[in-house]
Amino acid sequence: MNEGLQQKNGRSFLRVGLVAVAMFGFGYLLVPLYDVFCEITGLNGKTGRIDEAAVVARYQPDLARSVTVQFVANNNLGMPWEFGPVVASMQVHPGKIYSTAFKARNPTTRDMVGQAVPSVAPGKASRYFNKTECFCFSQQPLAAGETKEMPLRFIVDPNLPKDVGTLTLAYTVFDVTQVAVN
Amino acid sequence: MRWVTTTNHKDIGTLYLLFALVMFFVGGAMAMVIRAELFQPGLQVVDPQFFNSMTTVHALVMIFGAVMPAFTGLANWLVPMMIGAPDMALPRLNNFSFWILPFAFTLLLSTFFMDGGGPAGGWTLYPPLSLQMGEGFPFLIFAIHLAGISSIMGSINIVVTVLNMRAPGMTLMKMPLFVWTWLITAYLLIATMPVLAGAVTMLLTDKFAGTSFFSAAGGGDPVMFQHIFWFFGHPEVYILILPAFGIISAIIPTFARKPLFGYSSMVYATASIAFLSFIVWAHHMFTVGMPVVGELFFMYATMMIAVPTGVKVFNWVSTMWKGAMTFETPMLFAVGFIIMFTIGGFSGLMLAIAPADFQYHDTYFVVAHFHYVLVTGAIYSIMAAAYYWLPKWTGNMYDEKLGQIHFWVSTVSVNVLFFPQHFLGLAGMPRRIPDYSVQFTDWNVISSVGGFVFGLSQLLFAYVVIKCIRGGEKVDDQVWEGADGLEWTLSSPPPYHSFTEAPQIK
Repeated sequence: MNEGLQQKNGRSFLRVGLVAVAMFGFGYLLVPLYDVFCEITGLNGKTGRIDEAAVVARYQPDLARSVTVQFVANNNLGMPWEFGPVVASMQVHPGKIYSTAFKARNPTTRDMVGQAVPSVAPGKASRYFNKTECFCFSQQPLAAGETKEMPLRFIVDPNLPKDVGTLTLAYTVFDVTQVAVN
Repeated sequence: MRWVTTTNHKDIGTLYLLFALVMFFVGGAMAMVIRAELFQPGLQVVDPQFFNSMTTVHALVMIFGAVMPAFTGLANWLVPMMIGAPDMALPRLNNFSFWILPFAFTLLLSTFFMDGGGPAGGWTLYPPLSLQMGEGFPFLIFAIHLAGISSIMGSINIVVTVLNMRAPGMTLMKMPLFVWTWLITAYLLIATMPVLAGAVTMLLTDKFAGTSFFSAAGGGDPVMFQHIFWFFGHPEVYILILPAFGIISAIIPTFARKPLFGYSSMVYATASIAFLSFIVWAHHMFTVGMPVVGELFFMYATMMIAVPTGVKVFNWVSTMWKGAMTFETPMLFAVGFIIMFTIGGFSGLMLAIAPADFQYHDTYFVVAHFHYVLVTGAIYSIMAAAYYWLPKWTGNMYDEKLGQIHFWVSTVSVNVLFFPQHFLGLAGMPRRIPDYSVQFTDWNVISSVGGFVFGLSQLLFAYVVIKCIRGGEKVDDQVWEGADGLEWTLSSPPPYHSFTEAPQIK
């Protein structure tokens, strides 16, 4: 192989190799892109957080309409807490703030920290479900054997599509004791 | 030592092909365990954890260890000979990219001997299931990294060779289709393998470094892994089939004794398939809860792929139309490819229909679909290529009679093996589960019998290949009466260093 060709090959190698490196970076770029995409489209069942003062200013209660909100609780694999809603479902008027609570008990003999992650079904309703106060906003420590009632205040946006009559709010509680210690 | 330090494209091609053959039997042995367990309902042969690791590692070995290295081996042997180049552009890189592979697969297979056993969460490595693997987890991830680096480097080499090393007069639109399809495949690999490497690195840091890319507790999302994985995964399935299209486009004209019908439309069809492969990934995830608009987009985009693929199938059929056809073993495999790959293509079209996919998803129907496109598609094309070019590579004719027996036994048994799996899937049998409900017994028995016969008949293939390498009836340079291309102008076997003087292109 003559020298000119060898140099040309070397340059081509660098150029094509750079594409490969850039694509490795693109793989990581997909992570923020994914979050932005979900936020814009409201996909993925992630619920909104809203300030209580803003609610009063923004929403008028729609007393003519009433929707069912169901509460579901799950434990992630290996999470020993007894975790569940205080009431299984509520009839609510959109635009009005409601309060309820979930109950958790740590039956083990060690202190633990849990993190609840919410999800709303159907997915398209999730952007109309807002919380002013939620135990899922922060990690929840429970001492060995401790029982705690954890409050939740929420409001359903009156702009909720007309065909949605039932919302399901599901929480999965994860054991984050290890992470919290670190 | 010659084989360790060699930088010759023919030596490295041989190494790749032999490595792929060994891995084909390793992965095949795992398939035999799967079919033995599924021969009867209930747990018969292995425990469920081991069964799950068999399905997982069977897929990883066959995809990354058998089909991809086999295609890279064929590219090493053939691309320089087809474009009139003396060797690959980056010979030392070539040596390196092969010799990573045995280490990658030693790492992967060594996980079976570790605490917790081999990977058992499916080859797609979905978290959180894949993160529950035992001590072998980092070995699995590094094995994927190494196999990925190997194929990225191999691809870079092919791109540089094709772009810089063509003989004077060999314009892009004069290149044989095998070179074209590999050039496009190499770009797909360079664009997607790094994304896979990123995704598995995220798994690794999620498990060991406390990140939470895919853990909901820390604000991540396990479904995001599926998106990133299939952004790699769907182009990957075309990586596994585009070189096959190139092989078939070389063999059909030879035995039909007519030039390929619609050469340029073949090139454009290949490029269209490659482009479309980047915008259809979510059809693997129709059931994750996408909005209707998303389902429709991915459904229509997926169905669009049938158009360029159809162009190819019709071009092959038109090439055979009124040709003076003979049916030597390579042609049998090529015709078998066209018929059975099309069956797999049609079941793929059925799976692309989003509302219907909710029923087919994760059933044996999917298993039947991708085995039709990968076994009777990709693997059949590799066997066709082996029979077609072995006489050129070795200078000896293979045993035609044994080759024909191999084809017919394989083709009957592979259909007995996979066709009943369509029925099982439509009836609702889920994939990746060692036990099943008794009403699925009959078709599973038939499928397993087909599987054992197909597995054993591949030993005949290995025998034919070894016999041909060792000796046989000598062939002339042309080998096949209708063959056309620069590689047939070289002697059989070709000299160790070929085209040191660039050939004249008409």
